[in-house]
Amino acid sequence: MMDSSVKIINEWDIVAARQLGRNVAKELGFGTVDQARITTAISELARNIYLYAGQGEITIEKVENGAKKGMTIVSRDEGPGIPDLRKVMEDGFSTSGGLGAGLPGVKRLMDEFSIESTPGEGTLIQSVKWLR
Amino acid sequence: MRKKIFQYVQSHNDDILNEWIELMRVEADERAVQAMSDHMFVKTSSEFIQLVMSNFSDSEEKFQERAVDFSEKIVRLGWPLAMITDGLRVFSKIVEKGMKESGEITLEDYIEFTTEINSWIFPMYKTITEAYTTSWERTVSLQKIALQELSAPLIPVFEKISVMPLVGTIDTERAKQIMENLLEGVVSHRAEVVLIDITGVPVVDTMVAHHIIQAAEAVRLVGAKCTIVGIRPEIAQTIVNLGINLEDVTTTSTMKKGVEQALAATSRQIVEVQE
Repeated sequence: MMDSSVKIINEWDIVAARQLGRNVAKELGFGTVDQARITTAISELARNIYLYAGQGEITIEKVENGAKKGMTIVSRDEGPGIPDLRKVMEDGFSTSGGLGAGLPGVKRLMDEFSIESTPGEGTLIQSVKWLR
Repeated sequence: MRKKIFQYVQSHNDDILNEWIELMRVEADERAVQAMSDHMFVKTSSEFIQLVMSNFSDSEEKFQERAVDFSEKIVRLGWPLAMITDGLRVFSKIVEKGMKESGEITLEDYIEFTTEINSWIFPMYKTITEAYTTSWERTVSLQKIALQELSAPLIPVFEKISVMPLVGTIDTERAKQIMENLLEGVVSHRAEVVLIDITGVPVVDTMVAHHIIQAAEAVRLVGAKCTIVGIRPEIAQTIVNLGINLEDVTTTSTMKKGVEQALAATSRQIVEVQE
């Protein structure tokens, strides 16, 4: 099982994380549409780290569950955390003047999605895309 | 003592070089060794050792000059800085070992030897690292300028119609430039329709979409129309998944369709000429 991660410190690290995700997705045999979904999801998660937490890490892993194969994207930071999880999962909610489609968008782009956040400690987002 | 070291280094020139290459192959970063052919590795290594030795015989300025030349060269070749710092450490280790074995230094003058070789190696560290980082910084800043030049050109293609092709990643800096060039260009070219081509943008996430929507809105405010062209099928699907509302922005799949629509909007069309 191979995994690798990219530290997100400046804006260009978002591109590095995306590139890594695209390569892994290609290797696993995802089609162009799913590749675009995966890279976009990584882009959203990495940008959230950059914008809200300052720094953090995106980890990409290949996963197998019986006959199913896929990849997980884990986003981890030790930023300020999210006080109201239900609110950030609503479309159109944004604290930065953006579109507010980021996290709910990632949930729709991926097959599985879970988020844990403790104010003052950080945020952990895990998401999986299965190969069909 | 300095003279002693100098004499040793000069008379064992080849031995030191060979041993250095041997040791560096084992110790160095694999990337650096793999990055170049064997021949290149040996050649660059011997240049490095010559540079180190020239520090003995040449004047300070001349050494500085050679260090800068050499640094520029290895930046181009892609040698990591660690290769240089490791290289100096290995070099002094070889000299120390060699002089110990031949009995040229003994336990008594060992301290004197270390002081002497350190006072020689450390300034060299400084000079080479400085030269190396300076050439890197220059490369990076040149590339930054080059990138900015390709950033966001607005091209008038027909009267009243301008095109802005976007290629590559859009970051905050670039988004700002897109907006500026767009508004400035629309006014100075008297454009009525602007086509923004995103065929070459690899990922359209919410931030990129947000910037595009803002740009389109700003163009509308200065009295022109903005159309996004070159939306690839997979990008269309991710935009839908993200739930981004692009209803207020006109979009087409290809530049060709965009140009046709823009001509229609300015009451013109392209016709075939009858022979």
